[in-house]
Amino acid sequence: MKKNRLASVLPPVIVGIVGLALWEGTVTVFGIREILLPKPSSIWAQLFEKWSVLRHATWETGKISVSGLLVGIFLGVLMALIANRFKVLNDGFTPLAIAINATPIVALAPIFNAWFGITGTFSNQAVVIAVVFFPVFINTAKGLNEVHPNEIELMQSYAASEWTILREVRIPNALPFFANSLRLAAPLSVIAAIVAEYFGGPQDRIGTVITSSAGFAKYDVAWAAIAMASGLGLLLFGSALVTERLSMPWRISGDIKDN
Amino acid sequence: MTKRKAFRTAFTVLVTLVLLVLLWEGYKWMGQQTDDHWPGTQFGLPVSTNDLTMPHSGDIFNELTEEIRAGRETLPLTVYLAKKAAFTFLEAAIGFSLGVIVGLMLAIFMLRWRFAERGFLPWINVSQTVPLIALAPIVVTWARLQGYPDMVGISLIATYLTFFPVAVSGLRGLQSPDSSDIELMHSYAASWSSTLIKLRLPAARPFLFPAFKLAATLSVVGAIVGEISIGTKTGLGRAILDFSMRYAVWPERLYSSVIAASLLGLFVFGLVNAAEWLVIKRGREVLK
Amino acid sequence: MRDNSEALEEAVSVESADKVFNSGSDNEVQALLGIDLNVKEGDFISLIGPSGCGKSTLLRLIADLLSPTAGEVKVFGKTANQARLDQDYGMVFQHSGLFDWRDVSANIELPLELKGWSKADRHVRSREMLKLVRLEEFKDYYPRQLSGGMQQRVSIARALSFEPRLLLMDEPFGALDEMTREHMQVELLRIWRETGTTVVFVTHSIPEAAFLSSKVVVLSPRPGRIHSEITVNLGNRTDETREDPEFFQATTEVREALRAVEAN
Repeated sequence: MKKNRLASVLPPVIVGIVGLALWEGTVTVFGIREILLPKPSSIWAQLFEKWSVLRHATWETGKISVSGLLVGIFLGVLMALIANRFKVLNDGFTPLAIAINATPIVALAPIFNAWFGITGTFSNQAVVIAVVFFPVFINTAKGLNEVHPNEIELMQSYAASEWTILREVRIPNALPFFANSLRLAAPLSVIAAIVAEYFGGPQDRIGTVITSSAGFAKYDVAWAAIAMASGLGLLLFGSALVTERLSMPWRISGDIKDN
Repeated sequence: MTKRKAFRTAFTVLVTLVLLVLLWEGYKWMGQQTDDHWPGTQFGLPVSTNDLTMPHSGDIFNELTEEIRAGRETLPLTVYLAKKAAFTFLEAAIGFSLGVIVGLMLAIFMLRWRFAERGFLPWINVSQTVPLIALAPIVVTWARLQGYPDMVGISLIATYLTFFPVAVSGLRGLQSPDSSDIELMHSYAASWSSTLIKLRLPAARPFLFPAFKLAATLSVVGAIVGEISIGTKTGLGRAILDFSMRYAVWPERLYSSVIAASLLGLFVFGLVNAAEWLVIKRGREVLK
Repeated sequence: MRDNSEALEEAVSVESADKVFNSGSDNEVQALLGIDLNVKEGDFISLIGPSGCGKSTLLRLIADLLSPTAGEVKVFGKTANQARLDQDYGMVFQHSGLFDWRDVSANIELPLELKGWSKADRHVRSREMLKLVRLEEFKDYYPRQLSGGMQQRVSIARALSFEPRLLLMDEPFGALDEMTREHMQVELLRIWRETGTTVVFVTHSIPEAAFLSSKVVVLSPRPGRIHSEITVNLGNRTDETREDPEFFQATTEVREALRAVEAN
């Protein structure tokens, strides 16, 4: 067991360290200019130097991403449950949702600005909500719908109610689909929050720090800000993975069966 | 049978669209009557209903045929947007193609060496949490310094968004054949590369196409956002940005440009669906 | 009449072979222990035993899909590995293992393609094979359009397409219904007679083993060993043979051997 864990942690750590060393080494040896690619060590230094600015900006962007993510998930799941209950809604709304999901939803940002104003953060949150809502809805609805007919027949043979079927069959079946959409939506929420920033809203956030530092040719600061944004994305992605583990203990890898 | 089902789906979607337009107009009408309050209450509506915030759907539609000044010439908004969309499509297509190539190469690399899978897969996941969109200004400065047109930088951003689903689903697809299928190839003493070509790649197709669909959408997102964040001179993202700045004068134009972006997304999505149908689904109806 | 047994070549010889899975770990399994098996050219051998007796493992040792932990496996006098590289055997699995994306002809031609045959030659051969398994009119169908029995016949055609001298079959009819199964058995015997191929056949069906084989090898589980070998001589078998007293006697003999295995 312990040996297994080491075997799964060690390779990425090695690849990470080798990658960083190569990065640092290449930049130093070939004298690549800071504009093109700053050294990891100078990015690291800027993380400390500009910590208070970076922390504040990440916090502000983080609030928008997380709140939008949570509301988007809630609405997506709620809508999936409703659509599962009413067939007409499912037939009409699901193909439309798939179509909308194929469009660049972030382009809605200026329209939301017009609707909700650009002084507050709600317009930006609305973009995150929209970006998160569609994949969550589509995947969860799929999971609720695509249940093996045998399982439904089994439940019906027990004279189970629709509600019991939902609880015992449909929701467990939808969990892996839902988890997949979470893994997709969590990093997307950060991207959406940053893109929405380009169209307006308070200017003390991470995207602004990146653009303004890049504008002043302070590339190491810009990269430090990107590292912070990545950290935020990683945190949300990690939370999605943890949620997945906790909600589906039966899917933890390392099964016992052999050949 | 399937034809009837497709017809019914199209019909329900159409009805839903009509309902949404009616909802839009109904909400607008209601707001106009009650001065943006919920009927009979003091509670304000979340979105105000004046013509600036919510133009009539008919006006948005009419605007499409209106003339617009673009440089020295004037042309209908539809043509204007179509030209911009063509440019964005090209960027997205380059980004998509590169992303598919990179993604597949990564998938095959991870398939070949187990250490590579263990070492790289977590980082490939992490790569998606790096909001490369944020890198856009840097990527483009970099491209400009090298003397490349902005299109190169934007396509690279689209590539970055595209390679991930292809790499992850591709790996899963390449690993999907049953052990007995692998044993069969082994019993023919088939080489690793012929097992890849004759078995693993064909078997990966059902996994790859959903990834391609996601990647296609993301490539359009990448292209549009790339244009917005770096301020190129053309493209749909530029049009959206321009119109969002002149929103107070022509709100309909912003709506039109956003609708154009949606249509471009749908077009690309449709292309991948058509390719899927050609490659996998054609002539495979189960007879029995 | 001269005695043939000396003149015929050994198709398969397994000598004191052991197979251990997960060696050294907590879930170590001794799958096979001290297996000795000889198959003469032209023989039809069945391996039968309760589940977990290692009959499929033994077949995979012969196919060189697994290597023995100890002992030696020879196929036509060469190492099993060399025999695999020389393509001396064809294999048929329980699930036909046809590739969904290839039509029937393309599936049969797969091994020929890998051997670098020309398109024209492949074509001629797949026609012959389709004729052998009586599926000529289905050459352009995709596997999913065929019934289970038809799929398995395609799978047999694929295994025989490059005329291997040995056919290894891992419960090939296990997933078929009883009617189809009996029909496929008669078909297999016809193909066996027409091609003169040696067959090693894994099954868990007593009548199937008795009906098909010239020799039934009974294995006992945990660890897998050869319990007994039963020689069957039913001569020219047809569907009527299933009602013969000789057939009944053969099944009884196999059944009693299996009962003795279970009793241990």
